[in-house]
Amino acid sequence: MTRPGTGDGDRDPAHRAQAREQGDYRPSTAGAGDLVDRRGPGGGPLGPLVRDDGSREQPMVPRAEFRSYYGRQILKTPAWEDKIAYYFFAGGLSGGAALLAAGADLTGRPALRRGGRIGGLAALAAGAYFLVADLGRPDRFHHMLRVAKPTSPMSMGTWLLTAYGPAIGLAAASELVPKQWQGSVPGRLVRVLGRPAGLAAAALAPGVASYGAVLLSQTAVPAWHSGHEELPFIFTASSAASAGGLGMIVAPVSEAAPARRLATYGAVVELAASRRLETRLGLVSEAYETGAAGQYLRRASTLTAAGVLGSVLLGRRSRIAAAASGLALLAGGVFERLGLLHAGIQSTQDPKYVVEPQRRRIAEHGPTRAR
Amino acid sequence: MADHHRVYGPETDPAGDSGYPADHPARKGFFTDTSICIGCKACEVACKQWNGLPDDGFDLLGMSYDNTGALGASTWRHVAFIEQPAPPPAPVELGMPGMGPPGAETGAEGREQFRWLMSSDVCKHCTHAGCLDVCPTGALFRTEFGTVVVQPDICNGCGYCVSGCPYGVIQRREDDGRAWKCTLCYDRLKDGQEPACAHACPTESIQFGDLDELRERAAARVEQLHEQGVAEARLYGADPDDGVGGNGAFFLLLDEPEVYGFPPDPVVPTRDLPRMWKFAGLAAAALGVVAAAVFGGQG
Repeated sequence: MTRPGTGDGDRDPAHRAQAREQGDYRPSTAGAGDLVDRRGPGGGPLGPLVRDDGSREQPMVPRAEFRSYYGRQILKTPAWEDKIAYYFFAGGLSGGAALLAAGADLTGRPALRRGGRIGGLAALAAGAYFLVADLGRPDRFHHMLRVAKPTSPMSMGTWLLTAYGPAIGLAAASELVPKQWQGSVPGRLVRVLGRPAGLAAAALAPGVASYGAVLLSQTAVPAWHSGHEELPFIFTASSAASAGGLGMIVAPVSEAAPARRLATYGAVVELAASRRLETRLGLVSEAYETGAAGQYLRRASTLTAAGVLGSVLLGRRSRIAAAASGLALLAGGVFERLGLLHAGIQSTQDPKYVVEPQRRRIAEHGPTRAR
Repeated sequence: MADHHRVYGPETDPAGDSGYPADHPARKGFFTDTSICIGCKACEVACKQWNGLPDDGFDLLGMSYDNTGALGASTWRHVAFIEQPAPPPAPVELGMPGMGPPGAETGAEGREQFRWLMSSDVCKHCTHAGCLDVCPTGALFRTEFGTVVVQPDICNGCGYCVSGCPYGVIQRREDDGRAWKCTLCYDRLKDGQEPACAHACPTESIQFGDLDELRERAAARVEQLHEQGVAEARLYGADPDDGVGGNGAFFLLLDEPEVYGFPPDPVVPTRDLPRMWKFAGLAAAALGVVAAAVFGGQG
């Protein structure tokens, strides 16, 4: 029952390749030596828990028993690829950069303003590419604009981006008007509109940075749904850390103090919220700690911690150290989103993440009742 | 209904609440009585044929007589096959040992200590459908029959429905990029015919009809089985008060749902949407406040 070919995603070439690499593809996130549920659907009588190496050692803490259909996954593996993680990173970075640029605009920090606006637009453009490329039918991306649907965070996010895009675009355009056009009427208009556009973008930016968390949580994916308290804080904090990192790269150290402070806030909250995700969710926390997700998230924590340390210790003194810290923060943001994506994917690929929490719920409160 | 577009809770008329006029047809559904399923897979074949679904390749899964595995983009009926130890039979007075072959005295029923469970799975056409709630294009819609259908000419393959379904039903077809699932044969229903799977089922394990009537029939069937000593018979998805507001396609099972690959206590993710936005709002507000505050200091 755990032979290759039993995973739901096996008809997908990517999963097949993964299965080949692993030699023995199991619908389980358990690592070598971990206990794997190899019982038949009838439960106990068909066999005890067996370790990968064939021994029948009992674990120190017995794993909760659960039954399943030949160990097959119940939920579908999310259709989303790494591109969607890159989108979340880029969208969050853009939102954070818009906030930083607006603050820099109002407090007279031209380099930070300019870098924030242009960086914000570039990140949004990259994000839009990843977003459209991850569709099954990219040529139909505009079908998102047929409806506005409050129950779909993706629809809400689409409209948010539809409002945010032109605002950050205009703010960035005001920085990019070539010298010879700055005297012309359109040139002057764009430059005059830079501030209101930048402020409008900043007003929408917290929404842009946070809605993705609701998008992930509004699913049946156990790791995402049960992490709905932490995910928004990770999203916004990570976007603050990334934008702070960007600010430290684009602005001289004399202007970058707000960027350093934003990065510090973001990094601390991101690390704390991630930690909570790995401890609060019981069995489901395993999806955040193991496999590819665990690797990405550990890498994210390391880079984020290194980035914030570098920024606090050296960010005021050396532009090079500040830029290096900024790069570490940006890289940490990318790995954070990859980790969140893969934790969700992993939590769909083993039925235990579906059956055990629901069984516990039934045991404690009875089956869910709407009234 | 006074309260339109409910996302959770009691809902007696999903089609009416989606905007169909009061004279829309009664809600249609399936009652799949797995106690009389013989695992013939005629439903799988009829579904494939009527709906022109591509094949899934010829994988041998090596686990049971089920080589289909699961519902998916091109598999809208899936027959699960489970071999398991039989529940212990009621004690029977065996009398003195006889001379015949083993099992001869106990009758045919007592010889084997295992049983086969077969169950034809299908899209549940939930009252509160997670896939429908999250679809950002309007490709998924509620039909006048109260069922949930994807419009292939609208779907842009965003993949949200795939993760929105608490049962793992809907899936994106890799070569085509769009999401697909059972339509409860919307085309046949519009023509007054029953869906292909129910039409092909030789034992009437798959029963199609008005949902209200099917629920009554199912309740009577469970009672009958309990009277006959099949204490493990239970309905799955028939309760309008469950986490998805009841299924349009529900089941009579002979074991726990997870044994058949069903989630034991599914809840539509939309139930928690207000709470999720609340946390997002807090996080967004915190970001806004902090972004303003960082410009307050020195430097």
